[in-house]
Amino acid sequence: MAEAPPDAARLASDARDRVHFEEEALGLSDQVYRVARHLAGSREEADDLVQETYARAFRSWRSYQPGTNLRAWLLRILTNLNIDRGRKAQRTPPMQGLEANDYFLYDRLSESDGGISDEDRVVERLSQDDIVSALSSVPHDFRDVIVLVDIGDFSYQDAAQILDIPIGTVMSRLHRGRRILKRELAESVLEEGE
Amino acid sequence: MMGHIDDPCAHCEEMMQPYLDHILNEEEKLEAEAHLSECDWCRRRYRFEESLRVYVRQVVTEPMPAELKLKLAALRLPLE
Ligand SMILES: [Zn+2]
Repeated sequence: MAEAPPDAARLASDARDRVHFEEEALGLSDQVYRVARHLAGSREEADDLVQETYARAFRSWRSYQPGTNLRAWLLRILTNLNIDRGRKAQRTPPMQGLEANDYFLYDRLSESDGGISDEDRVVERLSQDDIVSALSSVPHDFRDVIVLVDIGDFSYQDAAQILDIPIGTVMSRLHRGRRILKRELAESVLEEGE
Repeated sequence: MMGHIDDPCAHCEEMMQPYLDHILNEEEKLEAEAHLSECDWCRRRYRFEESLRVYVRQVVTEPMPAELKLKLAALRLPLE
């Protein structure tokens, strides 16, 4: 039996769906970049990663289910690409000594200033460079979760799906990761003081 | 709760991240708030954590390079 002639109406609606998908995805690119910038090691890597993500997303747009979270869908592609790019080779960090308690950074910052009265200003002692470099030195597994939840505003649930890990793991990595970040920040402040 | 009866501030520290993430149950939340209302030491530290989170988010956010935006738009598939 001969193939049915292409149904012009169906093709047109297909094209509309695709254009709609592409526009919606492009509209999220600022938010995708914001997260990618810190999942990747550098601006250049983030740039590549975002392009690869969009190239793949545009090719496989049909596998996106309309009505679900497109931003999470894009980030799922992005984190998978990031892992494929050789993240596996990463060493497991020695956890001993990496974590301090939750108040470690505050104590360091406020003691170096002889007691600060305004907690909202204490953070301003940290420069943008301090924070960006401290964040980049947090081991990947922990950083991914911090970046998705604390910077990208994803829910635990979304982060669990994006990273394909249980939600309990998201929570424990988030809590430990924040402590590691604060430890790194405290160290950067100590170095500057020397 | 009983295990920390000797050191309410240590217990309060354990509750800090879950408290700020809004994942404590009602009873724990009230417990943390009761302690915070009478402990300046812990209150300062909660407050710092809160402002740190906001600050980190602000300073690490970089605008997307304009060229990248153009490159992404160019990746769209041609219409058949
Ligand atoms: Zn206390």
